[in-house]
Amino acid sequence: MEDAQSGNQPLRILIADDSDSDRLILQAMLRRLGHEVVEAANGGEAVERFRHASPQIVLLDAVMPGMDGMEAARQIKALAGERLVPLIFLTSLSDADALARCLEAGGDDFLTKPYNRVIIEAKINAFNRMRLMHETLSHQRDLIHEQHRKLTEEQEVAKRVFENVAHTGCLDAGSIRYHASPMSIFNGDILFACPRPDGGIQILIGDFTGHGLPAAIGAMPVAEIFYGMTSKGFSASDVLREINQKLKRILPAGMFCCAALIQADFALNQVQVWNGGLPDGWIIRGDGERLAMPSAHLPLGVLDSHRFDAAMAILQTSPGDTLMFMTDGVLEAASADGDMFGDAGVSAALQGRRDGQTPFEAVIDRLCEFSGGRLEQDDLTLVTLQMAEGGALEGLSDRLQLSALEGPAEWRCTYEIRDRTLGQFSPLPLLLHICMEVPGLRRRSGEIYTLLSELYTNALEHGILGLPSEWKATAEGFGRYYEERERRLNDISEHYIRFSLTHTMTDYGGRLVVVCEDSGHGFDYHQHRQPSGSGHGYAGRGLMLLHRLAGPLTFRERGNHVEIVYDWHFSEAGKTDDAAVHKPGVSHE
Amino acid sequence: MNDRPHLDEEALAELQDVMDEEFDVLIHTYLSDSAERISSLRSALDEGDADALSRTAHSFKGSCLNIGAPRLGALCMEVEEAGRASRLSALEPLLASIESEFRQVRQGLERFLAD
Repeated sequence: MEDAQSGNQPLRILIADDSDSDRLILQAMLRRLGHEVVEAANGGEAVERFRHASPQIVLLDAVMPGMDGMEAARQIKALAGERLVPLIFLTSLSDADALARCLEAGGDDFLTKPYNRVIIEAKINAFNRMRLMHETLSHQRDLIHEQHRKLTEEQEVAKRVFENVAHTGCLDAGSIRYHASPMSIFNGDILFACPRPDGGIQILIGDFTGHGLPAAIGAMPVAEIFYGMTSKGFSASDVLREINQKLKRILPAGMFCCAALIQADFALNQVQVWNGGLPDGWIIRGDGERLAMPSAHLPLGVLDSHRFDAAMAILQTSPGDTLMFMTDGVLEAASADGDMFGDAGVSAALQGRRDGQTPFEAVIDRLCEFSGGRLEQDDLTLVTLQMAEGGALEGLSDRLQLSALEGPAEWRCTYEIRDRTLGQFSPLPLLLHICMEVPGLRRRSGEIYTLLSELYTNALEHGILGLPSEWKATAEGFGRYYEERERRLNDISEHYIRFSLTHTMTDYGGRLVVVCEDSGHGFDYHQHRQPSGSGHGYAGRGLMLLHRLAGPLTFRERGNHVEIVYDWHFSEAGKTDDAAVHKPGVSHE
Repeated sequence: MNDRPHLDEEALAELQDVMDEEFDVLIHTYLSDSAERISSLRSALDEGDADALSRTAHSFKGSCLNIGAPRLGALCMEVEEAGRASRLSALEPLLASIESEFRQVRQGLERFLAD
């Protein structure tokens, strides 16, 4: 890059004049100033020399035989293209019209005869400064164009990589409807949905502070953690804690992620919600009644892990209820007059919902109307989840990527957690992970997770904490159940839950025996001899599921020692249904 | 006629400084070019080509101004203007003046070179 301020660097200058003596004088003057001179005796020659010598400045006699200076000037300017090549007419013309014609032909200035050394030097330097400035500007403009092109290209690649990470989920599930900008990764909005091994679903919607690359970078680990942990059966609280810790570590101060995590359990028809900094979420009941789920926490990435509160609000739902969450962009959507959509806009949309119109359609339609149909440009994200009868999402876990590794066939392990840990740690992801090492069990992760989870919940809530499942039959009892669960978990001592897993190969496939023992008082399993599908609400569900999924189910001792035998077939290893060889039944020893 | 000097001594001295050892070449180039131009003017007048007359006179004027022969330059400008106005009748005496002024300039320049 040349120094734009230097006015006296050597230049290559083309001079064209049909008068030999005038050319000699000018050439001598320019050489004395240190410049290199290229000569031409007429217009045609001047154009030719310009083409080959690429001079930086051109001095051109206006009146020459053959092609005159005016025509030569036009051709030279055309050849120079985007380059600024200062073109100065040499002339003894005196009438204003002729001088004006020179400028119209592309001339930048005049030098009159007789030549004056001082004027020539001053003009050459002035025009060289202008030329260098133009060169700098052109160079910077090209640089900006190139950088912009690169940036766009990189964003396109980043978007594809991000989509590969984000789209392993189940946003396309029938129960989910959403609106998200196609470039949402660069406006800082995130929306992920992932099936849980038990057939439930987890949805994460969030809004990073800031835009562009910084926001996109934060979204990547969030997606990885969310999908990785959810599909392994980690609870929403565990996922939140992990994401919060990660963001706290990697994000600069002042940057964080407002987010809501929804864990839906279709079998229990129950949702757990955590809202940290997003606008109010809503449950819209089948009968139109609405319940707000306002933010109750600081956003992700703000608090240290020991101050972070991942407690979920637990809510009972019914099939047909709809959950709705949104990012700030919905409230901030502006009308042509500059008014904001706001909470009032959302409420009005839900209030004025027509028959047959879903809450999602109601809000989106009203937003479109409000913002004059410019929805596509706004960085807003809106998601709804419709609750359905249990098991609506069963089978989704089949989509999870399978490892190609061969696994262990003959093994046994015992895992026991005790005391304080019972209230702080769920052994389910770990136990599921161990079972999933067996290739024949991998396709059955949903069933295995459900088996383990039911055994664990029974052992913890009924066996150790002694919570009566009947409480959950009523709305008040439901709340009391979870309050009491929280309270009793805090002062557990001298208790344990022990899982013993044994896997062996059989002629037809394999057998997993799960024994779950707890230190509780046990229960009268004889009462459960005839499990019934209805009438007991959630309370009877656990045993029902176990009966449906596994073979012989054996209670021992006081009912605090349960054994389940789960057989799988080679021929059915690719299917998810009917793994057990034995029909449901209960035996007692 | 005008009252400008035949030769501008000061301009010539500066040219000598600029041209250094090429000064001789410059003067001889100017003299032979000028002789050529005068004969061009003469034949253009014979052919009644007003345009050629004015263009040649224009170029001639430029080199006269540059070399430091202002009176000859002024005469060239008169020819240029008469040619442009197609006043060919006024040109015969003007051309004669140019030829006589050129002789003066030639003598002056040769003297300058000899000094």
